[in-house]
Formats: sequence, C-alpha cells, structure tokens
Amino acid sequence: MKILRTLALGASMIAICCTAASAAGLTVGFSQIGSESGWRAAETSVTKQEAEKRGITLKFADAQQKQENQIKAIRGFIAQGVNAILVAPVVATGWEQVLGEAKDAKIPVILLDRGIDASKDLYLTSVASDQVKEGSVAGDWLVKTVGDKPCRVVELQGTVGSTPAINRKKGFEEAIAGHKNISIARSQTGDFTRSKGKEVMEGFLKAENGGKNICAMYAHNDDMAVGAIQAIKDAGLKPGKDILVVSIDAVPDIFQAMAAGEANATVELTPNMAGPAFDALDAYLKSGKQPEKFIITQSKLYTPADDPKGEYERRKGLGY
Amino acid sequence: MKRLQLTEIVRPQLLALACILLLNWFVFPGFFTITWQDGRLFGSLIDVINRGAPVAILAIGMTAIIATRGVDLSVGAVMAVAGAVAATAAVAGQPLVVTLIAALLVGLLCGLWNGSLVAFLGMQPFVATLVLMVAGRGVAQLITEGSIVTFSDPALIFVGTGSLLGLPMPAVIALALMLAAHLVMRRTAMGLFVEAIGTNRSAASYTGLRTRTVILTLYAFGGLCAALAGVIAAADIRGADANNAGLWLELDAILAVVIGGTSLLGGRFSIPMSVLGAVIIQAMNTGILVSGLPPEFNLIVKASVIILILVMQSDRIGEIVARRFARLKLRGKT
Repeated sequence: MKILRTLALGASMIAICCTAASAAGLTVGFSQIGSESGWRAAETSVTKQEAEKRGITLKFADAQQKQENQIKAIRGFIAQGVNAILVAPVVATGWEQVLGEAKDAKIPVILLDRGIDASKDLYLTSVASDQVKEGSVAGDWLVKTVGDKPCRVVELQGTVGSTPAINRKKGFEEAIAGHKNISIARSQTGDFTRSKGKEVMEGFLKAENGGKNICAMYAHNDDMAVGAIQAIKDAGLKPGKDILVVSIDAVPDIFQAMAAGEANATVELTPNMAGPAFDALDAYLKSGKQPEKFIITQSKLYTPADDPKGEYERRKGLGY
Repeated sequence: MKRLQLTEIVRPQLLALACILLLNWFVFPGFFTITWQDGRLFGSLIDVINRGAPVAILAIGMTAIIATRGVDLSVGAVMAVAGAVAATAAVAGQPLVVTLIAALLVGLLCGLWNGSLVAFLGMQPFVATLVLMVAGRGVAQLITEGSIVTFSDPALIFVGTGSLLGLPMPAVIALALMLAAHLVMRRTAMGLFVEAIGTNRSAASYTGLRTRTVILTLYAFGGLCAALAGVIAAADIRGADANNAGLWLELDAILAVVIGGTSLLGGRFSIPMSVLGAVIIQAMNTGILVSGLPPEFNLIVKASVIILILVMQSDRIGEIVARRFARLKLRGKT
C-alpha cells in the first residue's frame, strides 16, 4: 500500500515537473523579508521547491527585516543580470528608486505577499492573498454549519491595528451579517500568539458562564486557535464539539488538532506565492503576455473531511 | 515615639490591588467565583495568579538587580532561549530532570554573561543586557529553526499546566521561589549587601564587600529566574515559540518591581512587594479580558491605571494625604 502511494506520488511529481519545466534555465533573484514567522519560513522553502521543480536557478537573499538589505540585494541581482526578481517587500514605501533601476535594466519584478505604494508600471505583477476573503470563507463555513440555530461567537483578533487583523475581522463580519442567529459576543486581541490566545480564551470562558454560552470560536490565526483549544479543554469542555473552532492560515499544528477532532475548519493562507508568480513570469517571457496586475491566491477551506493527517504530514517539513 | 505614617499602615499597593479587584467585580460579577473542577480550582482569581506567575518570577530576579542600580533587559529573550532548549530536549526524549537542568543551566549562563559584563567590564547594565535582549531571541530562533517546537512530554507540561493542592503549578513555583529569595535576602546578610551596593557601590567596596561577586550572583540568579519563567511559558502552550515567548515581558517585570516600591535609584527593595506588583498587573490584564471592552482600549486602560498607582505611591501624595488626615484629627479634638 505504502509503495503504491509512493509510486503514485512520484508519478504525479513527474507530471508536475514536466508540464512546468518550460521556465527551465532562468535565473531568478528572490529578496525575502526574513524569517519572523513559521509561515514566512514555509514561504521560503516552498519558493525554493517551486523553483527547483521548474528548473529555475534561485538566488536567495534574506533581508533580516531591513529594507536597506532588500535594496542592496535587488541592486546585486541587477548587477548579476538575473532574468527576473521576486520581492516580498518589508515596508510599503521607498521602492521607486531601486525598482526604477530594475526597470531600466529591463528585469521584470514580481511582488510577493505584500503590496507597495509606488507606480504600478514599476512591477510586472503582485501575488497576494485576499485577507478579507479569508475572513469571509471562515464566516461562510460557520453560517453553513450552524444553520438556523442561535450561535454566540467569540473572536480572537490579531494584533490591534495590523492589516490582517482588520481585514479578517471585516470579512468574517460581512459573511455573518445577514444571519441574525449568529452574533459576535466577545472580541479581544490575542496578538497572533499561542500564549495570548490561551489567556484570552480563559477569560472568555469565565465571562461566558464557564463557556456554556459560547457556540463557536473564530481566531484570526491558527496559533491563537491552538492556544484557545487548550484553554477550552482545561475548562472541561470539548473543543470542536461543545465549542466549534474555526481559524485561518492552515499551519501543520491545526491539522493535528483537526485530526484529533478538536478543530473544525481552517482557511489556507498559501505559502505558495511563488508558483503563480513563476507561471506569470513564464507566460510573459515566452509570449510577452502581460499578466494581471494583482494575482489573488486561492483561500481554500479545510475541514476534517480533507485528510487532516495527510495535510499535517505534507506541511510539517516546510519549516512552519 | 515616632508616629507611623498613613502610607506605612496601608500599603498603597494593597489598596491598588483591592481597587482593581473591586473594579473587575463591578464589570464582571462572577470575578470572585471559584469552583472545583477536575481536581483543581477554577476561576478568574486563579487565572490572575496563574498568568501572573511568569512575570512574578521575572520580578523576583529583577528586584535585587534593580536594587543595585542595575537592570536586566534580557529576561524576555532568556525566557525564549530556555523555552527553546527545554522543548528541544523534550522532543529528543530527555526526562524532565535533564530538560529542566539544561534549560536552567542555559539561563544561568546567560545571567553570568550579563553579570560579567556589568561587574567586571563595568558596562552600563542597560547596554550590557541590551546585547542579550537582541541576540538572545536570535539564539532561540536558531535552536527552534524558526518554527514552534511542540512537545507532548506530560512531565514537562505538568510544570506549566499541572496543579498542586488545587493551585496552578506556576503559582506554586512562584510562591516557593519568592519565599526562598525573601529568606535569603532577609535572614542572611545578602539583603544588606544589596542595599549597600545600591546606595553607594564604592563605599560598599571600601568596607571590604566583594561587590563584583555579589553583582555577578544577582545577575546569575536573574538569568535562572528568567529560565524558569521560560520553561513555564513553554510548558503552558506545549511548545517553544521563539518569536513571541517572553516578548516585552522584561518591561512588565520592571514595572512590577517599580509598582512594588523598589527604587530605580537603588537601595531600598522588597521581593514580596514586587510579586504583589506582578499580581496587580495581571489582575488588570485579566479584568480587561472579562470586561468585554474592545481591544483598542486595552493599552489606554492599562496606562491610566498604572499612572494612578504610581501617583498613589509617590511620597509627595503620601505626605499630602497624611497632612490632611492629621488636620482632620486636630479639628476633631478641638
């Protein structure tokens, strides 16, 4: 059985490699922000995998959260005469000069995962997720799951004022807006971390009659959800059954919780921003086809029906 | 006979804690409800002492350091390093004893590093410990390779989430550590040494006190406390989160010490009062969580309460209140 699966996996890998091998021989520079989170580390390793799959030589530069390092790296790439440059910009401003230099050298630039405040003709395209959509996918799942039953939701927000927290809150609220039976009872920030997620959930559980008044928990990221799941268990309730758990990101640990029946749904923020970027680049270099200015990655919903154990195995080696 | 000042009879810290608890009860009537569940106490008050324990442990180590006119900014980063070491050891299948010793040893080394820079190289404590504050988190990330290392060793998890006599383990550890540190300070000459160095280090060394050794010991103890807090924080979430473990907690620890009445100018200090300071901070945090206040107000509420506490504690305000009180008494007599 195992051999069969390995063979099947190998066959599919070969299929992928041969359909995508057309970008082979290219040299692409990638200026990454750093490795501040597990997701960022996964993005780096997926980008390297995607490049390898396509036969692209990837020159990788870690900026350690500093724009000046990114600018230096981009200048280096231009001097080396790469075919294209990928940038995950650490900040939104201050890119005109260096991207202008790339444009003069006729090297296409693709932005990954974050946007910049600069003229749109300075880059070929930008690949990013739609954070409002992520929130609304989570909200839609809850609406469908609870049906007409009344449901009081507690929300664990990301860092106050951060873009993903604002957008994921907005998307979720939009999705549940037309449904009077679902309401957000409490909402606090868990700073996107496990420990704060646990602490905030402990507070919510006490304040909502030991958790008996809570029907679902929505967390802006999986890490907070993992912390909150522990808090729910400590309060003597069953996460996933007594309190529904829905969150965003699709990191490996949430799939472990899902496999154990303690989490119900997660919306993927894919670390594969490079795949669509390479595809767009390939089409552009081959036929001169201008890609869309903003490529939006898919916000896929995962539930226990989607083989959480397998997803965990697939993701755990990516550096999350 | 010297008459006791009002501020000496009623400690402003206790008053502050009472006010905050009362306020919490006002916004959430179930605040004082404690139930027995799954062999342990369960309730908001228990959350306060449980969640406050890591900062309390940091504050225990920080108090004596601040009393020598020093400061240790690296404790948050040392927490992350110790947590990372403990998690990696647990994942490698080491028993609890080895895991704990490894983590505490790393904390001790960090403390000795800080202490050497301050005591022997004469660096400003602020700068000397800033080095490890920045570098420590990097070391922790190297150990965990940038990801959250999760473990399932029940013995290690017990340190963070278990309970003894119904009380949460972190609180029990903090309490024991506080008593031990307080006894060492007040039942031996150690406390006197610390106060002497804090008041005037060169005078202290002219009296024959080995100030360097004392300072080195205090920073080493601070590192040890930070490592203990780091192990508890990691055990609590069953994972070492190098990016976020102990982030900004050095500031909470310093605040706890200041609220406890220890002077940043050195000299006077009290370890139990620092722990009380940590409990006050956590009572405020837990209160905000159960109040249902929008998160945008968290920092404003915290800042206002802290300003209020510090104003209540200031000597000037104490004098004014005492004078008013005395005048009222006089009027009553005539």
